[in-house]
Amino acid sequence: MTALQTIKDGLIRRNPTFVLILGMCPTLGTTSSALTGMSMGLATLAVLICSNMVISAIKNIVPDQVRIPVFIVVIASFVTVLQMVMQAWLPALYSALGIFIPLIVVNCILLGRAEAFASKNNVLLSACDGIGIGAGFTLALTAIGAVRELLGTGAVFGFRIYDSSFGALLFILAPGAFIVLGFLIALFNYIRHA
Amino acid sequence: MLEYLAIIISAILVNNIVFAQFLGICPFIGVSKNLDSALGMGMAVTFVMAVSTAVTWVLQHYVLEPLGLGYIQTIAFILVIAVLVQMLEIIMKKSSPGLYAALGVFLPLITTNCAVLGVAIIVAQKNFAFLHSIIYAVATALGFAMALAIFAGIRMQLDLVDVPRPMRGVPIALITAGILAMAFMGFSGL
Repeated sequence: MTALQTIKDGLIRRNPTFVLILGMCPTLGTTSSALTGMSMGLATLAVLICSNMVISAIKNIVPDQVRIPVFIVVIASFVTVLQMVMQAWLPALYSALGIFIPLIVVNCILLGRAEAFASKNNVLLSACDGIGIGAGFTLALTAIGAVRELLGTGAVFGFRIYDSSFGALLFILAPGAFIVLGFLIALFNYIRHA
Repeated sequence: MLEYLAIIISAILVNNIVFAQFLGICPFIGVSKNLDSALGMGMAVTFVMAVSTAVTWVLQHYVLEPLGLGYIQTIAFILVIAVLVQMLEIIMKKSSPGLYAALGVFLPLITTNCAVLGVAIIVAQKNFAFLHSIIYAVATALGFAMALAIFAGIRMQLDLVDVPRPMRGVPIALITAGILAMAFMGFSGL
C-alpha cells in the first residue's frame, strides 16, 4: 500500500462521514455554515495527523492491555494543545465551535484510526492515513455546511447566491442538520453503487 | 423547588441533548434498532452520567481550580470517566449480576459517548452548584433515554417499510431524526 493510495482511500473509499458513519456529533453540530464546518474539519485533521504519528511511533513500547487508555491520553494531550492555540489566536472561532473542540477527544474517528491503522503501520503511512481521513472528514463537513448555508440563507462561505428571504431557516436549525446529512449519505451511496 | 423543575423540563424537552445539542449521536443511531436495548442503554447512560458528573464536579472545584490546573480539564475528565466506567463495570459484576446482565454490554461503549464528557464540561463551564449539576445531569440523561426509546419505536416500524435502496439504514434514520427534531422544536416556546 503506497502513501498516495492511503490518502485517496481516506477521501473516498473509507470516507469517515459518508461511508464509515463516524464522528456524527461534530458533523451535525458544527455545520450550520460552510466556514464553521470546514474549521471543525481542519481542527480534527490537525489532531488526527499528530495523534496517528505519535501512536504509530510508540506502538511497540506500549503494553497491549493498556493501549486504549494510552491512546486516549495521547489524543487528549493534542486536543489540549489545540484548545490553547485556538484560544490564543482564533478566539472567535473557538467560541463559535464551543464544546465541540474539547469533544474531539471522544470523536470515534481518532480512536478508531489509532486502533485500526496507526497501531499496525509505520509513522509515514500513519501520517498519510491521518491526512486522508482528516481531509475526507473536512471535505464532508464543508459540503454539509455549504448545503445547509445555501438552503438556509442563500449564501455559501458568505457569498450570496440568491436573496436570503428565499432561505428556509429550518436548514440552519437542528432538524436541517439531520435531514441534509441523511440525503447526502444517500447520494454518496447512490453514486458509489451506480 | 420550582427552579429545579425548570431545569428538568429544559434539559429533557427544550434543550434535548440529542435533538438540540447534537451530543451522543453515535449510540443514538447505533443502539436504537430495538426498544429493549434502547432502554438498557438509556438506563446505563443515566447511571454513568450522574456518577461521573458528581466526580468531575468535585475534581473541578476542589483539585483543578485551587491548583490552577484548569487547562488540563479535558485530559483529567476523560481519564476520570474512563476509570469510573471500568470500576462501575467491576463493581456491578460482583455486587449485582442482574443489573450487570442488563447494562453490562453498554458500559464499555459509554466511555466514548460524547454526551457524558459533554455534560461534565458544560456543568464546569456554566459553574453550576453541586445539586444543580446532578439534577441537570440526570435530567439530560433522561432526555437522552427518552429520545432513544421514541426513536427505537419508530425504527422498528421503519423496518417494515419499502425504502429506496440508497436510503436504507442510516440515511432514512437520520431523516426520521430530523423530523423528530422538528417536533421537539415545538417545545422551545415553553
